[in-house]
Amino acid sequence: MDYKEIIAKFADMPGGIIQAYHALLDEFSYLPEEAVVEAARVFKMSTAEAYGVATFYSMFSVNTRGKNVIRICESAPCHVAGAADVVAAMEKTLGIKMGETTADGRFTLEFTECVGQCQATPVITVNGKPYLDISADKIPAILAECK
Amino acid sequence: MAEEMRIVLRNYGKVDPLNIDTYVAQGGYQSLDKARSMDKAALMAEVKKSNLRGRGGAGFNCGMKWTFAAGAQADQKYVIANADEGEPGTYKDRLIMENDPQSLIEGMAVCAYAIGATKGFIYLRGEYPELVSTLNAAIAQAKDKGFLKDFDLEVRRGAGAYVCGEETALIESIEGKRGEPRFKPPFPPVIGLWGKPTIVNNIETYANIPAILEKGADWYAGIGNAAYPGTKVFTLTGDVVNKTFFEVPTNITVRQLIFDFGGGIVGGKKFKAAQIGGTSGCFIPESLLDTEVAFDTMGAAGLSLGTGATFVMDETRDIVDIVTRIAGFFEHESCGKCAPCREGTMRTAEIMEKINEGKGSVKDTALLDKLGTVMSYSCLCGLGQAAPSPVLTTIKHFAADYEAKFK
Ligand SMILES: Cc1cc2nc3c(=O)[nH]c(=O)nc-3n(C[C@H](O)[C@H](O)[C@H](O)COP(=O)(O)O)c2cc1C
Ligand code: SF4
Ligand code: FES
Repeated sequence: MDYKEIIAKFADMPGGIIQAYHALLDEFSYLPEEAVVEAARVFKMSTAEAYGVATFYSMFSVNTRGKNVIRICESAPCHVAGAADVVAAMEKTLGIKMGETTADGRFTLEFTECVGQCQATPVITVNGKPYLDISADKIPAILAECK
Repeated sequence: MAEEMRIVLRNYGKVDPLNIDTYVAQGGYQSLDKARSMDKAALMAEVKKSNLRGRGGAGFNCGMKWTFAAGAQADQKYVIANADEGEPGTYKDRLIMENDPQSLIEGMAVCAYAIGATKGFIYLRGEYPELVSTLNAAIAQAKDKGFLKDFDLEVRRGAGAYVCGEETALIESIEGKRGEPRFKPPFPPVIGLWGKPTIVNNIETYANIPAILEKGADWYAGIGNAAYPGTKVFTLTGDVVNKTFFEVPTNITVRQLIFDFGGGIVGGKKFKAAQIGGTSGCFIPESLLDTEVAFDTMGAAGLSLGTGATFVMDETRDIVDIVTRIAGFFEHESCGKCAPCREGTMRTAEIMEKINEGKGSVKDTALLDKLGTVMSYSCLCGLGQAAPSPVLTTIKHFAADYEAKFK
């Protein structure tokens, strides 16, 4: 769907810009500049304010991201359960560092704080979907599932 | 051994979250009927008498809060459920919403009737995308069955900002803004969402309401610790055998929680520390394990109950390394609105890293102690005020761990 159509669906929702950004994220993985400008127009705020909202929340990004955003939880319970090993294995498998995107545009690696699945640490999410009890050997199967 | 007692999780495993009939079969929505048959003042007096206190961390009397919004004059009032649940190690609100969403909705509808609100929001953290459809389906079914009458309920998603759990930041976020806390007073029950009287309660708080109305305020007030009665849901993480959740009366001790319910330390190792309340919680040494988990008993021991997240560390854990990671959390999550927190969380993280790398000295812990103390009373919101707790309590109770890292 076109970004204008996506934003228009939320035009009548008071304070709906954050919900519109989520819908944009589902489509593009990030918030393209023209979409933020359009959101500012639709929600009657300055472009600076619309950018202010886009950059405040860690799930949003105004920089391009890969099709699949992989986030590794680094909060204390995941930290002691071996999140650093997951980071190392993920970086090695994908050949990129945390914060980077693969050259083919398929994967972006990011840190996240606790995603509320702490019964089975360490935890990662792929496009928001949690994967539990992660160890290096589980990574290839998870990546293979991605489009 | 102390027993589990399920009030907020009373329907766990007994109802189908996507089928309201299963909730009604357990007596669901009878409490809302009963509430609507009561005089509003009497209803709030009953909730107040139960002495149910907020489960989101601040421990304010729930019925009393409602009376503030009920007493405010306005053409519109709002009821908000705080499902931001960002405190690391916490997933109790997810359990409630995933397994028994109607308990939350019924509790909110009782509040709406009591204060005279016709519109409500569930502010759901962005990290729980699967719950959007569960909650929307549950709301639609409650509406279809006619239980909600004129009460309109909507789910709004957060987007990954811990500070948005703070009630005024949450309100800003629903308004479509950056989630920066407001100056208080005025408090939300008087001036809240879009300037209107607003009640913000935690999910676990709302889920208690139907049970309190069904069984009575006296029944509830008689459970657990008298000053903070009822039950609390704890989520156990770290080096504990049973890495799971328990709902227990509030008069059990931290020791019972970790050793009876939690099954003790993994691999027969020795206990070193526990952090209760999430990442902003205090570190608890062995000597304080016999403290009751209730809000005020924890406070009196210099500890905090917070969300009930319980992070357990065995004798091999590097406390300084863990606190360094926690300091990084607060540096990242500080919203930057006020200087003591913006600068303080950054400096704290910097000094913790220096110590963790073996480059620190006793001068650094003295500086952290001073900085943390100043932050605890000068920061604008609870984030900056609580951020120093793990640093201050580990310097106090685990000084040897710091000394071992000094250059
Ligand atoms: C930084 C910060 C984060 C918070 N996060 C939450 C949260 O995730 N959920 C919650 O219910 N309360 C949270 N609170 C507490 C709320 O501000 C508020 O006190 C609570 O939602 C009131 O509900 P209660 O009275 O039912 O506890 C947070 C407070 C602060 C300062
Ligand atoms: S204490 Fe921290 S999080 Fe709270 S308003 Fe100040 S800068 Fe923002
Ligand atoms: S600490 Fe990693 S999911 Fe909660």
